Amino acid sequence: MSDANSGALLDRRRLLGAGGLTLVGLAAGGARAQSAPDPLITNIQPWQSTEGEGVDARPYGAPSAFEKDVVRRNVPWLTASPISSVNFTPLHKLDGIITPSGLCFERHHGGRAEIDPAKHRLMIDGLVDRPLVFTMDDLKRMPRVNRIHFLECAANSGMEWRGAQLNGCQFTHGMIHNVMYTGVPLKLLLDEAGLKPNAKWLMLEGADAAGLNRSLPLQKALDDVIIAFGMNGEALRPEQGYPLRAVVPGWQGNIWVKWLRHVQVGDQPWETREETSKYTDLLADGLARRHTFVMDAKSVITNPSPQAPLKYKGRNVLSGFAWSGRGSVPRVDVTLDGGRNWREARIDGPVLDKSLVRFFVDFDWNGDELLIQSRAIDSTGYVQPTKDALRKIRGVNSIYHNNGIQTWLVRASGEAENVEIS
Amino acid sequence: MSRFPSALFVAALIGSTPAGAQPLNLGRAALPEETRAWDTSVRPDGQGLPVGKGTAQQGEEIFQSQCASCHGEFGQGVDRWPELAGGLGTLKDDRPLKTVGSYWPHLSTVFDYINRAMPFGNPRSLKPDEVYAVTAYILFLNDVVKDESFELNDKNLATIKLPNDAGFFDDDREVSEKAFWNASPCMVNCKSEVQITGHASVLDVTPDPKTAPKVE
Repeated sequence: MSDANSGALLDRRRLLGAGGLTLVGLAAGGARAQSAPDPLITNIQPWQSTEGEGVDARPYGAPSAFEKDVVRRNVPWLTASPISSVNFTPLHKLDGIITPSGLCFERHHGGRAEIDPAKHRLMIDGLVDRPLVFTMDDLKRMPRVNRIHFLECAANSGMEWRGAQLNGCQFTHGMIHNVMYTGVPLKLLLDEAGLKPNAKWLMLEGADAAGLNRSLPLQKALDDVIIAFGMNGEALRPEQGYPLRAVVPGWQGNIWVKWLRHVQVGDQPWETREETSKYTDLLADGLARRHTFVMDAKSVITNPSPQAPLKYKGRNVLSGFAWSGRGSVPRVDVTLDGGRNWREARIDGPVLDKSLVRFFVDFDWNGDELLIQSRAIDSTGYVQPTKDALRKIRGVNSIYHNNGIQTWLVRASGEAENVEIS
Repeated sequence: MSRFPSALFVAALIGSTPAGAQPLNLGRAALPEETRAWDTSVRPDGQGLPVGKGTAQQGEEIFQSQCASCHGEFGQGVDRWPELAGGLGTLKDDRPLKTVGSYWPHLSTVFDYINRAMPFGNPRSLKPDEVYAVTAYILFLNDVVKDESFELNDKNLATIKLPNDAGFFDDDREVSEKAFWNASPCMVNCKSEVQITGHASVLDVTPDPKTAPKVE
């Protein structure tokens, strides 16, 4: 710990000095003395004396039964019906940068469609020289790419505009996932159809019961949009749009149209429900921003957090995610004293464009209350703002694009709570 | 000559994105019947509208039998289902009410959304004339038209303005929020004292009580 910050960041010597204090509800940190032999070591255990299931028991694997609580969760009061609703990724149970497919949050407007890939078609028409129809087999014969990108719902943290509301990063920040996609660059498909000179906007449309449609600027489509059929090395999951979805790196999740069946080329936006009545950001003066596609740089500490309290004094791992829709996140700062002092976190793993990055602060904790925050600084120099700085510009009725700095209060008991601070 | 293709091959191997210089000759031509079947997204200028017509009065009957159980008899919304009417002039309020009349900029959006996704539970079941009629009734509920005999059709839909059509502007964050691009954020002694100003535990809405404000 070479930084000059004081605050609650402790070094080893101070920890040892505090070691004689009585710990309330917390196990002591450090190497512990054992008074009697551990029966888990000295006795033969059931899993040693009985054979387990064979290789034919689980043709498609599942997590250990001991991990049964690591699941997506929803917040029933948020929406009128679970058919048009959202659930949340358990961020506090993840590590690295890849979200397991079965834990990626779901947002459906007309429920999860189940589509036979043999019956799925992709049509490209409108302002093109050759309107075309593709089958899934056609798409899989095209040159393809693999790319890791985050998908964040524009409404992620939307419940927090008026103040701290939900206790858990799963609920405050869990409308995000980060996946390796396999698919065909949309540019290849557009080249195949041949764009007319006046082409400027695309309309992406899903085959689900909501028929979700969104207008996409042509420039973005030609830049980095992928029409994906794979995620994390296998086919898309049905809840993520099987057999085909749009991947629109760095842009709000709603435009990543799932169950994609249609790309219509036009010369102006369609102004659909999802880009007018929803996914527009109402400001305090009564006017609303529209076409706010890019997701601003953001981060959150996932451990400790309300669902992941500190259990031990002494050595601990603080960890979290950061991301930016404008590029990569080469730097994340962390404070343990409510923003008085900051230090650079250690980033581990790949730092990719428009992908989650994983950060750590390895620290010693003496049981003092902490106010912990993280702030992302992206490759364009954008610094994640405080929630109050955002409110000053946008008011509290935006719903979308709340990328303000999150604060967790870690109490002496190790429990954490969602708070806001001055 | 032999060196040139091999250099190309290496470039292709390390290139980041496949180039589309050569036609792939995959897929097939879409037939006019097929493009007609799917080109149903409706734009503000009316492109995509089917031929048809319906009055607000005709729409009321459909609305009360197929829409009111969620949206309410007067479009006021039931439980957490969306309000469709009212809220005019509330966009600056502490709790704005965003409806077709108070917030939506384009009538084409109403037609397009009903046509593709409504009624919830039985989408794509309404005929074009019925969609025109229900859309006309929603205009009536919002006082955009005052006469229930008003007929909405493919000729006049694009000419009807909604009250908040001027209420939107394009994303300006890179200008209006320029201050967030800050080369050297404070690292040490950034503030003298820190006060806790809000607790999630006070609200106690994790994960399910019914008291919290809704989000859309």
